[in-house]
Amino acid sequence: MMAFLTLLARNRLAMAGGIVLSLVILLVLLTPILPLADPDVTDTGNRFKPPFSEGALLGTDHLGRDLLSRLLWGTQLSLAVGFSAAIIAATLGAAIGIIAGFYGGRTDNIIMRGVDMLMAFPYILLALAIVAALGPGLFNALIAVAAVNVPFFARNIRGITVGIAHKEFVDAARLAGMSNARIILTEVLPNVIPVIIIAMSTTIGWMILETAGLSFLGLGSQPPQADLGSMLGEARSALITNPHTSIVPGVMILIIVMSINLLGDGVRDALDPRLKSGALSRPMAATMVKREAPAPTSEGKGLLEAQELQTQFHVKDRVYRAAGGVSLHVEKGECLGIIGESGSGKSVTALSVMGLVASPPGVITGGAVRYEGKDLIGVPYKQLRDMRGRNVAYIFQDPLATLHPLYRVGDQLIEAIRSHRPIGKEEGRAKAIELLEAVRIPNAAKRITDYPHEMSGGMRQRVGIAMALANDPDVIIADEPTTALDVTVQAQILALLDDLRKSRGLAIVFITHDFGVVAQLCDRVAVMYAGRIVEEGQTADILDNPRHPYTARLMACVPELGEGKRRLEAIPGLPPVVDKLPAGCAFADRCDKVQDACRQGDIPLERNGARAVRCLFPETPLKEAAE
Amino acid sequence: MTGYILKRLLSAIPVLFGITIIVFLIMALIPGDPATAILGSFATPENVEKLNRDLGLDKSLVQQYFIWLGNMLTGDFGTSFALNRPVIDEVLERFNATLVLAGTAFVLCSLFGVAAGVISAANQYGWADKGITFVVLLGISIPSFFLGMMMILFFAVNLRWFPVSGMWPIYGDRDFGALISHLTLPAIALAVVATGVIARLARSAMLEVLRQDFIRTARAKGVDERGVIWRHALKAAMVSIIPVLGIQAGFVLSGAVYIEIVFQWPGVGRMLVDAILKRDILLVQGGVVFVAACYVLFNIAVDVAQSLLDPRIKT
Repeated sequence: MMAFLTLLARNRLAMAGGIVLSLVILLVLLTPILPLADPDVTDTGNRFKPPFSEGALLGTDHLGRDLLSRLLWGTQLSLAVGFSAAIIAATLGAAIGIIAGFYGGRTDNIIMRGVDMLMAFPYILLALAIVAALGPGLFNALIAVAAVNVPFFARNIRGITVGIAHKEFVDAARLAGMSNARIILTEVLPNVIPVIIIAMSTTIGWMILETAGLSFLGLGSQPPQADLGSMLGEARSALITNPHTSIVPGVMILIIVMSINLLGDGVRDALDPRLKSGALSRPMAATMVKREAPAPTSEGKGLLEAQELQTQFHVKDRVYRAAGGVSLHVEKGECLGIIGESGSGKSVTALSVMGLVASPPGVITGGAVRYEGKDLIGVPYKQLRDMRGRNVAYIFQDPLATLHPLYRVGDQLIEAIRSHRPIGKEEGRAKAIELLEAVRIPNAAKRITDYPHEMSGGMRQRVGIAMALANDPDVIIADEPTTALDVTVQAQILALLDDLRKSRGLAIVFITHDFGVVAQLCDRVAVMYAGRIVEEGQTADILDNPRHPYTARLMACVPELGEGKRRLEAIPGLPPVVDKLPAGCAFADRCDKVQDACRQGDIPLERNGARAVRCLFPETPLKEAAE
Repeated sequence: MTGYILKRLLSAIPVLFGITIIVFLIMALIPGDPATAILGSFATPENVEKLNRDLGLDKSLVQQYFIWLGNMLTGDFGTSFALNRPVIDEVLERFNATLVLAGTAFVLCSLFGVAAGVISAANQYGWADKGITFVVLLGISIPSFFLGMMMILFFAVNLRWFPVSGMWPIYGDRDFGALISHLTLPAIALAVVATGVIARLARSAMLEVLRQDFIRTARAKGVDERGVIWRHALKAAMVSIIPVLGIQAGFVLSGAVYIEIVFQWPGVGRMLVDAILKRDILLVQGGVVFVAACYVLFNIAVDVAQSLLDPRIKT
């Protein structure tokens, strides 16, 4: 509760709404003791006095009644009716929703059919029908507005209740012999109350508007009693000659509803867990760049080269160093593997190359990414976009999520081409078929009209690869492209990538957590841990002779065929969270060879030819291996 | 596709029945005797009894319902006693005017709502976003009838850009230009609230979609930002925007009541309010059933549009 209130208080707009609403409510509560004129005493001699005239701060209406007094009494009535309608609708709707959701089956079916029927009506029309039956009058308008809102609450609450009714704690309560009524009151109700509050806070403004509307039509409060709506309705005939009589109640409704809406949004944001972390921000077109130091000078290594690349995630006041100074390069026709556990920073490193790290929260804070020697970090978006897919293309992990669900695969392929050069309809089609054939999709001419969901996982990933090939890129970055696929399909995809590399001279950066895949495909491997490279070298070299204790442990996790009953060694502990990296080696806490020196400060990546390792006490010393 | 449309039309039949039952029940709950209401308090008992017999009110509720329903199915909605005219004629004539008003407002709120939401999301936390968010908040908080009155005061009375009220000029040609000038203010006043609601939803739907993996794919293959936002993201976001457009159509259709009163638009909403005040029950029943049925049909059209957009929906 306190957490909720602090969250609410932190939302400045909600606070403003809350303050205004409190002021209005306070004013309304004080109305009976304020020295106001009688709101219903007519004085036709003094009709239509303008605002700020003597004895009538807001002027008088068409019967000479004091507008200020009528406004405050009217506000009181409107608020009372609006809130009552909201409470009645919420109570009834929640009761119906809980019963339907909790009992399920036929009860649920019958109730929800009825709710659907009611929701098939245009909202205000149903309210009109109810008022037509009950007759005009404020109380009847209240009933009508509450009644038309009941289905909305019922449906919302039912949805939540269905989820709760099958939770373990409800089953436990049933087994403990509690009655249904008690389960509902003690187990279900407390869990749906936040939803009821959200629904109320977002609809109460509507209900005030609706009751005002019915009164405006003359179907709500009847003279001489007046709420804000009927004040506006009566003033309408004098709109042109004396607009102040309309503006006064109209602006009041606006103020009330607006402050309620602001407060309601704040309540919703504070109660809705999805919004709590501030997660709903959109990624920009390219990752933000805030380089603190100038780019390192080029070493001229490889076609694509990352130098001391640093990418961080800034979430509120915490900084996660996802890539903490990564240097890599890949040559034409070469396959470089990047291997590591989830969260080791391998994907972030790869996505940083073309500025595809989601930003916010991602920020590239240092280093350089060079393509043919030219630094890409911080280049204008236009230039980056032009290179995406044309020079460096990506293949992503889960092809169902990474292909657009509503476009045909052929169109998605053609679009990839069209993003870089104009292409006619027929040529585009031919090219799309050619691409699908290149990734060995049978019946390519037919399949270009398929939607992604109509394909199997393996076929979808082939489409993903075809899309990466669409503009004959020089580098393909494959981010765990086979993780979501089963083993046989995985082997086919790997073979396909290897063929493409050989036939087209592609440079491939292959990101994986699987040493088996690395062995099959990669020339060189970089092992990443906690955002940094801990070991690097030729694939065969590393597989035969891992130097870093982490690499050794990681390899011990892989079962090998024909190795008999070797025990799978899980690495104890978890990788460190990259916002609080320890001084010294990040693997120290999980390493069984750890010494005091490991925790004493930064450990450099020691290099010897193609081989490099970041460890003070490697499994075999680096020098020895070189000899 | 035809099969799907047929299926949806069939599934609408029970809903339409439900609507007639609800309307009938609400009207049957009316306290007092309709005949007395019609004839006034000086009616003789004989007259009341005769009228009750004429109206079929001496039969049981179930009988009454089926007679009413049967008549409606043959297009006979009864006769309005206040207007002394067949209900269906009056409703059809009035509904035309409402359709012009609500249809225009619906097009306006869909276009501007979606565009505002997309622009807002694409510039999240930027000035455009803040500005749109504020205007939207204002829009969903202002009563449409008050907005309509202020628009009359400002644009019709002070600036004299548009006529004050009505659908056609009293003197002069009933041409398209005249209709547009009469339609502009009420259509905008009616569209404002729905525009705000749609813009809010479109914004959050877009933000949701922009975080998805396939957006990153589009960027990775070099699609420019305009294409990412207006093609890839908007198309996917439309899946959750379209149902809201359907709901808002209902708000616009029924919210037209207020606007019709304020602008003296000769629509079905104003007819209903008059009928309620005169307790012209058959006219109320007929009007409500007719409008609700149109809305149900419109929602089927929305479902069909949804299935055209999203191939994953089984048709």
